[in-house]
Amino acid sequence: MKSGIEFVSDDLRKLQADDFANPGMLWVARGEKIWGEAAGNGGKSCAACHGVAAKSMQGVAARYPRVDPGAARLVNLEGRINLCRDRKQQAQPLGPESDELLALTAYVAHQSRGVPVSVTLDMQNRKDFERGRELYNRRIGQMNLACTHCHDRSWGKKLAAETVSQGHGNAFPAYRLEWQSVGSLQRRIRACFYGLRAEMPPYGAQELLDLELYLAWRAGGLPVETPGVRR
Amino acid sequence: MFAAVAGCATSAPDAVLPYRVDGDAIRERLAAAPGDAARGKAVVVSRDSNCLLCHAVPDSGVRFMGNVGPSLEGVGAQLTEGQLRLRIVDSMRLNRETKMPSYYRVDELNRVAEAWRGQPVLTAQQVEDTVAYLLTLR
Repeated sequence: MKSGIEFVSDDLRKLQADDFANPGMLWVARGEKIWGEAAGNGGKSCAACHGVAAKSMQGVAARYPRVDPGAARLVNLEGRINLCRDRKQQAQPLGPESDELLALTAYVAHQSRGVPVSVTLDMQNRKDFERGRELYNRRIGQMNLACTHCHDRSWGKKLAAETVSQGHGNAFPAYRLEWQSVGSLQRRIRACFYGLRAEMPPYGAQELLDLELYLAWRAGGLPVETPGVRR
Repeated sequence: MFAAVAGCATSAPDAVLPYRVDGDAIRERLAAAPGDAARGKAVVVSRDSNCLLCHAVPDSGVRFMGNVGPSLEGVGAQLTEGQLRLRIVDSMRLNRETKMPSYYRVDELNRVAEAWRGQPVLTAQQVEDTVAYLLTLR
């Protein structure tokens, strides 16, 4: 099993490895700032409940997506952050792909850097997982290909100028040169749907969460790299 | 040998016309006019067709070509016109597991984006042009 970092150029590998050069670290730094800022009618910051992120958040991102007991549904890290905003901060949810949400997600996930991805399958997430696996293997779009055709059966080969990866999400949120920005795993998955000329699920859609869960299970053991750097 | 007639689109009845499969080939042209190799090369090289994402062709002038699929160099000597036609039209008829998209098909596809729904990737004439071009790769 290979992380996407093994399929990028030396330049990008060096960029990711150097915290002073890695552009994703700008989002992490911004997230650190937001972590300490009070928000919403609750007037609480993340730090007010969770304290020092380096301690309280270590390893957390590696276990997402997971079923939130209160909401009784599968949530990814972005969704979990927005649940906190709703419940504790009494603040409006941060919009999908907003700079604030990406920054906070990148900051929280960064606290798990090096921790192996490890989601647990149980009765609560089994259906989500099965749907995710089904979608991963279903041909979609006018190009009529499934995730598996590229990411299990063609990784290491060239798709035009790009080397096909194994499709692991362990570096996300990640900085992509193509975006000139940090983006979420859902944004990356939607880009594949677009390339296949398939209807893109909206951000936060159940099927994207299902797919994220399946991908996390499939990436089990790979270290979290957030913020990754990719093409 | 088997023969089949396929290509009934529900949303756009004229987008894909019926054709006949004989064994591993479609022997008859899909369009009235014969294929034009120069136009076919333009189809293959164009970004809209996605051909070069996966395949390489000699002298395309394109810098980055993929290798998810086999190189098309010499394909005109390896396959007949009819075999090439079926492989472009609907490779899944030969191999259910193929990574080669069906370029002239609109049915039994899942969640095609609205902009493309009911349309094949290539028109019948573009398929013919592409076949004509591939036949020149000997």
